[in-house]
Parts: sequence; structure tokens; C-alpha cells
Amino acid sequence: MTLLGPLVLAAFLFCVGLYGVIARRNAVLVLMSVELMLNAVNINLIAFQNLLHGDDPAVTGQVFALFVIVVAAAEVGIGLAIVFNMFRNRASINIDDADLMRW
Amino acid sequence: MSAQDVIFILIALATGGGAVLTVTSRNLVHAALFLGIALAGIASVFLLLRADFIGLVQVVVYLGAITVLFLFGLMLTRAPIGREALDSRSQPMALAVSGTLFVVLTFLIVSAFRDVPSSELAQSSIADIGIAIFSVWVFPFELASMLLLAALVGAIMLARRESGESGEEGEVEIILDALPTPGDVEADRREAELEGPDDVVTASPNPPGGGR
Repeated sequence: MTLLGPLVLAAFLFCVGLYGVIARRNAVLVLMSVELMLNAVNINLIAFQNLLHGDDPAVTGQVFALFVIVVAAAEVGIGLAIVFNMFRNRASINIDDADLMRW
Repeated sequence: MSAQDVIFILIALATGGGAVLTVTSRNLVHAALFLGIALAGIASVFLLLRADFIGLVQVVVYLGAITVLFLFGLMLTRAPIGREALDSRSQPMALAVSGTLFVVLTFLIVSAFRDVPSSELAQSSIADIGIAIFSVWVFPFELASMLLLAALVGAIMLARRESGESGEEGEVEIILDALPTPGDVEADRREAELEGPDDVVTASPNPPGGGR
């Protein structure tokens, strides 16, 4: 299996996630796009681990991917809690409305 | 091109299509379901790369928990649906930025890894991952557990509704006024005792309003 395929797929998913983060206004959709970007990074880690460094005894790529999943889960929990708070206080989850702390 | 590569290309097409539909769909619930398709495709990419443990974790955590959490989030916030409400005015700029980044990244990847030969996949068992986590990566593992605990407590604190801030206090007071006070209940009970023992059970043993 070639290394190029997973890497190009990961780059594509990352760019799609970046587009979603910039172009969407709904905060939940922005969080979903961030998840796409994190998953793209996971594909990179796994592909490099299993295709280039398969003899690594510390399976570094897979363990890193696990940690990325942990951090992503924590991020979704906190992010959705913040979004709910914002919806409760302002009756809107449009991220353009969240300008209370803007300079 | 091996059969593995053909399967990978099919899965990659499904994953990319799901991702694109996630960021372009007008219906929020459809966007969450397309995200589920993309995440399932990524899980099958992991399985194809012989990272079976990560693939299963992906299915459990992302497909099982995070997609459902996003659906909850979308339904609890009852956001408006429609092109104008979902997409900001910076859409052309977003397309330009992400398209440029994709072209640059693809060029760099192809020029850097073009010469890497198509290699045999390494098989790493779950036991290897477990041993590595609890020997080499044990400190980051404990740190990750602390992070999850902090995120749990923080999310509960953020999402908890403080009493008295939501404007429901007035309604509650009206209900309390409408209910009989403990003095009334005592009077009722004394009346019931005078009338006969059959009616004693109708008097409530708990004073109303005390449960709040």
C-alpha cells in the first residue's frame, strides 16, 4: 500500500475542515469541522507509523493518535458546554454574535 | 495497483464526499449524519492500515459518542436552517484559503514522498499498544486522564443552570403561593382527626414547598 494515498486524503480532509471553520457561522458546525481536522491528523499519524516505522516498539504513532482522540473528546465536551451557555445567554449560536470580548 | 489500493480509493472517495457534504449541507441534522459517514470512513481507513485498535476506538468514541453529542447540541439549540443563517460572508475567502492550502500540501506531499516504495503494512497488536502506553507513555497517559477529569468537571460547571438566573424564579413563587401552607395542612389534619380516623390518610405528611 502506498504512503501517498492516506497523506493526500488527510490533507484533503484537513482543508475541508478548515473551509468549514472559516465559512460556517453556526458554532456547532464549526466544532464539527474542527473534529474533521483532528481526524485528518490522526490519519497522518497512523499512516506514518504503520507504513514507515512499523518496527518501532513504542508504537508512537498509534499512541499519539489515541491521545489526539482523548483531547478531541475533551474539546467537544467543553465546546458544546460553552455553546449551550452562549445559547442560553444570547439566544443565538452564531459565532459572529460572540463579540463581547472583542477589542 | 493492489486490491488494497482499490479499496482504499473507494473508502477515500466516500470519506471525502461525506466531509464535503458536512461543511456544505444546509440541513444541520444532515450535516451531523454526513460527519458520521466521514468518521466511519476514517475508521475503515484505520482498519485498512492495520491499526485495528485505533479503528475500534474511532468507532466507539466518534461514531458512538461524539456524533450523538453533536446531534444533541443541534437539537437543543434549535438553530435556524438555511444558507444565509449557516454560512458567513467570508465563504469565497474560505474557499480560496483552503484550496490554496490543499494545493500546496499536495504538492509538498507528492514531492517529498514520491520515492517511498509501496511497503508492506506492519501488524501491531493491541498488546503492543498496551505495553507501550504503560511503559513508555505512562506519564502522558496519566496526564490525559487528568485532562478528561478536568474537562468533565468543567463541562458540568459550564452547562449547569444556576438557580435564580434564568427568570423562572417568579413562576416558582406563584406556584408556592397557590399551594396550601404548612399551617393549613395542620389545620386540615386536626379537622380530619376530629371527624374520624378514615380521613387522616388524605392529609399529606410532607409540607408542600419543602421539596425545593
